[in-house]
Amino acid sequence: MTSDPDNLNQRIDRAGGRVRAAVLETFRLQPLLIPFYALVLAVLIGGVLIALVGVNPFEAYWALLRGMFGNGDRLAGSIARSVPFIGSALALAFAFRAGLFNIGAEGQLLVGGVLAAWVGTWAWIADVPGFFAVVLMVLAGLMGGAFWGGIPGVLRAKTGAHEVISTIMLNSIALFFIRWMVNSRNPVVLRDVASTVPRTEPVADNALLPKIVDSSPPVHFGLFLLIGASVLAAFILNRTIFGFEVATVGANADAATYAGMNVNRVIIVVMAVSGSFAGLSGASEVAGTAGFFQPGFFLAMGFDGIAIALLARVNPYAIIPAALLWGSMLNGASLMQQEADVSVDVVRIIQALVLLFVAADAIVRYVFRVKVVEDTYGSVLRGSSGA
Amino acid sequence: MSDGAEARTARSPVLELSGITKTFPGVIANDDISFTLNEGEIHCLLGENGAGKSTLMNVVFGLYQPNSGTIRVRGQEVSFESSADAIARGIGMVHQHFQLVSVFTVTENVMLGDEVTKGGGLVLDTDRARQRIREVSQLYGLNVDPDARVGDLSVGEQQRVELVKALFRDADILVLDEPTAVLTPGEVDEFFGVVRNLVDQGKSIVFITHKLREVLAVADRITVIRNGKVAGDADPGVATQQSLANLMVGRDVVFQVEKSPASPGGVAAKVEHLRVDDERGLRAVDDLSFEVRAGEIFGVAGVQGNGQRELVEAMTGMRPIVSGRVEMLGQDVTSARPRRIAELGVGHIPEDRSRHGLVTEFSITDNLVLNRYHHAPFARRFIRQRGAMAEHALELVQQFDVRTPGVDVEVGTLSGGNQQKVIVARELSRNIRVLVVAQPTRGLDVGSIEFIHQQIIALRDEGGAVLLVSAELDEILSLADRIGVLFRGRLAGTFDAADATREQLGYLMATGGELTAEQAP
Repeated sequence: MTSDPDNLNQRIDRAGGRVRAAVLETFRLQPLLIPFYALVLAVLIGGVLIALVGVNPFEAYWALLRGMFGNGDRLAGSIARSVPFIGSALALAFAFRAGLFNIGAEGQLLVGGVLAAWVGTWAWIADVPGFFAVVLMVLAGLMGGAFWGGIPGVLRAKTGAHEVISTIMLNSIALFFIRWMVNSRNPVVLRDVASTVPRTEPVADNALLPKIVDSSPPVHFGLFLLIGASVLAAFILNRTIFGFEVATVGANADAATYAGMNVNRVIIVVMAVSGSFAGLSGASEVAGTAGFFQPGFFLAMGFDGIAIALLARVNPYAIIPAALLWGSMLNGASLMQQEADVSVDVVRIIQALVLLFVAADAIVRYVFRVKVVEDTYGSVLRGSSGA
Repeated sequence: MSDGAEARTARSPVLELSGITKTFPGVIANDDISFTLNEGEIHCLLGENGAGKSTLMNVVFGLYQPNSGTIRVRGQEVSFESSADAIARGIGMVHQHFQLVSVFTVTENVMLGDEVTKGGGLVLDTDRARQRIREVSQLYGLNVDPDARVGDLSVGEQQRVELVKALFRDADILVLDEPTAVLTPGEVDEFFGVVRNLVDQGKSIVFITHKLREVLAVADRITVIRNGKVAGDADPGVATQQSLANLMVGRDVVFQVEKSPASPGGVAAKVEHLRVDDERGLRAVDDLSFEVRAGEIFGVAGVQGNGQRELVEAMTGMRPIVSGRVEMLGQDVTSARPRRIAELGVGHIPEDRSRHGLVTEFSITDNLVLNRYHHAPFARRFIRQRGAMAEHALELVQQFDVRTPGVDVEVGTLSGGNQQKVIVARELSRNIRVLVVAQPTRGLDVGSIEFIHQQIIALRDEGGAVLLVSAELDEILSLADRIGVLFRGRLAGTFDAADATREQLGYLMATGGELTAEQAP
C-alpha cells in the first residue's frame, strides 16, 4: 500500500469513475445525463435572471419547489398537470422512430378531446354502465387522434407531402374549426348554450374517469391510461415485428422495401398510432379533469409535448419523468409568482433553456466534461432526422 | 526491402512516413508503418478492404493524428493538425467518395474553401478562377469545362474536377483513394493516361487500390499492406497478380474458381418481352426475354447503366413493370410485391449494399433476419424472439466467416467484404431456389470475392438457378454457364460460357453488335 496522497486521490477518482460508469451502465442512464446537466445549467442561468430582476433566487426557487412538491395537494396537482403531456410527447416519439416528425399533437389532442366530449354527451351514454361509457369516450379520443394523425400519414405515403408541413396545417384547421364548433350560437353545433363561456355541454356523470386524488387539478384514472400508453409504445417499438418495421422504415426506407415491408402502410399506421396517443390525452383531460371540452385547455400542450419528447430523447419510458418535470414546474410557477413575485414566465424561460442545452449539447458536454456517447436518438436534436 | 527500391530509383523522397501507428478503440488500424514516396513516381498502396490503407492516407492528409511515428515532407518533419496544414504542404487528396456540391459549377466547386476574391476579399473573382482552372486543366490534359454544373458531369469527369481541385491548390503530392472503383473499364484506361501525364509533369502520386490488374498496369513501386502492417514491397516488373494476391491476403489465393460443368434442369426464372422504365421515365429495359434454368448461372454482362439495375429491380418486385411478364418457379410474379417473390424462394443480393441490402445502423443480428423477422422462430405471433435471432446470427456468422467482434455490432462498422457476407449469409441461408444477384463483389477484396464466388457455385450445384449481373467481365467469365450481353436494355447476344471470349464480349458491351447495326440507317 502506498501512502502517497496524490496517488491515493487518483485511485479514489478512478474507483469513483468506475462506480459511476457501472451505475450508468446498469440503469442505462448515459443518454439521460445530458438532459439532467442541461436542467442544472438552465436552473443556474434562470437564477441569474431572477437575481437581475431584484429577487433572491434561492427564495424564488424555494417557492417554486414548494409549489411543485410542497405538500400532498401540490404534489398531486403537479402529477395531474403532467399527465396529458405524456400523450402529446408520445405522439412525437412514436412517429420519430419511423423517421417522421409529427408536429401535429396539438391538433390531434383537440380532435381526440372534442370527439370524446361529443360522445360523452350522447343522450343514451347516461344509461349505460359507467365502464362502457368511459371506454367509449376513451375510444372516441383514440380514434379522433388516430384520424387526425392518419391524414398526414396518408398524404405522406401517397403524395410525398412532408408531414411537418401537413401536421402544422392540420393543427390550424383543427383549432379554428373546433373553436368555431364550440363558440357558435347560430347554428349551435357543440356549444353549451346555458354557459356564458364557450364550452361543450358536460359529459354524462357515469362517463367521467374515476378520481384518485381530489386535488386541483385532480389526479384521475387517466394517469394509468397514459403510463400504460408509454409502456405499450415502448413494447411495440422494441419487441414486436411492427416495431421492427417501424425502425427499419425510419433507418432506411429503401432497405425496408427490399425486405418486403410495406413502407406506405407503416407510415400511415405509425402516424395514426402517434395521433391516437395525443387523442388519448385529449379524451383523458375531458373525461377526467374538466368533464367538458374547451379549446383553451389544450393550448400549447401539443407543442410542449415536442419539447418533452426531445428532452426524453424520444424514449417512451423517459417521457414519463420528463413530462412530470415539465408539468410540475408549470404547476409550481404560480406559487413562485405569489410568494416571490417572480413571473411564471421565468419557468417558461428555464424550460426553453433546458431544451436549448439539450439541442446544443456541445455546451453541456464542455461545461460538465461529458464524453460523447452516441445513442440511437443522438442525431435527433441536431436536426439530422431520418425524415 | 524498401532500401533496394530506393537505391534503384535515384529520385529524392518527397514524402516519408516512419513508424506510423494509429489506433482506434479496440483496433490497431496502422501498426508501425513506414512508407516512402519518391519524386515523380506512382507508388501503389495495395491491400484488402480494412487493411488500413485509407487510415494511413488520412493520417498523411491531416484528417487523423497518428499515435506515434513521424511524417516528413521533402525531408522536413511535419505535424498536421488538419487537412489545411497538409494542403499548405502541397499534399492533395482525392477521396473515394467525391467531395463535390452537385448544384455548383466546376469553378464554384474548385474555389470552395480557397476562394479567389477581389474588392478587398468581399467579391468572388470567378473570372480569374475560371482562367486558372483552364490553365491547370490544359497543362495536365484534364479537359474540364469550368462552367459545367458538376451534377451534369459523368463520374469520370467529376473525378477530374477533384484532381483540378487539388492541383488548383498547388498540390504536388497527390493521394488517390481507390480512384478506379467508380469508373467503367474504358474510363479506367483514360484515367491511367491522366495519372501518367501528371507524373510526367513532376507530380508524385500515391495510388490506393485493391485491384491487382491496375497495380501492375500503373505502378512504379508497390507497397502491400495487410492487417495494418506493411506486408512487403514489390516490383511491378517482377510481380504477378498471383504473387501480389498472396502477399495481400497472406495465403495462396485461388483465382479460377473450381467449377464442374452445369447440369441444367427445368426453367426456374423466365422474363418475357419485359419493358421497364428508369427514374426519369426513360425506357431502361426494352423488350427483353430470357430464361434461367435450375442448376445454371446465367451471367448478364454489360457496361453499367444499360438497364441492369432496372432489370434486377423489376424481377424482384422493387420497380414497376411497364409491360411484359416475369415468371419465377412457375408462378407469374409480374409486378408482385417484393415479399411475395422472396417467399416463393427467390433470393436477392442487391447492387447497392448500404442502400438496399442492409440497414447499416442495425446490428448483424437484425440484418440477418431483415426479410424473415416476421416468421417463426424469429417471431411468435407478433413478438420478436431475441434468443432465436441471436442463435441464428451466431450460427451464420461462423458459417459464412463474417469477421466481427460480435453479432450485436452495427453492420455499418464492418468492412465492405464482411457487410456483403452478411447479405450473402441472409439470402443463402433462406430456402431459395432462385438467386438474383447484382455486382456481388464490387469493391471487395480478393479473399471475400473468392468466398462469395464459392457460395454462388455451391448454390448452383445444389440445383439453384442464378441470375448474375456484373460489370466485372472476369467475374462473369469465371462464374457463368451462359452469358448474355445487355446493351441499352436489350440482349446483344447470348453465348455458352465455353464459347465466349473476352474480346467478343467486350466488343458487344461497347457497341451492341447487331442491335445497333440493324438500327443504323
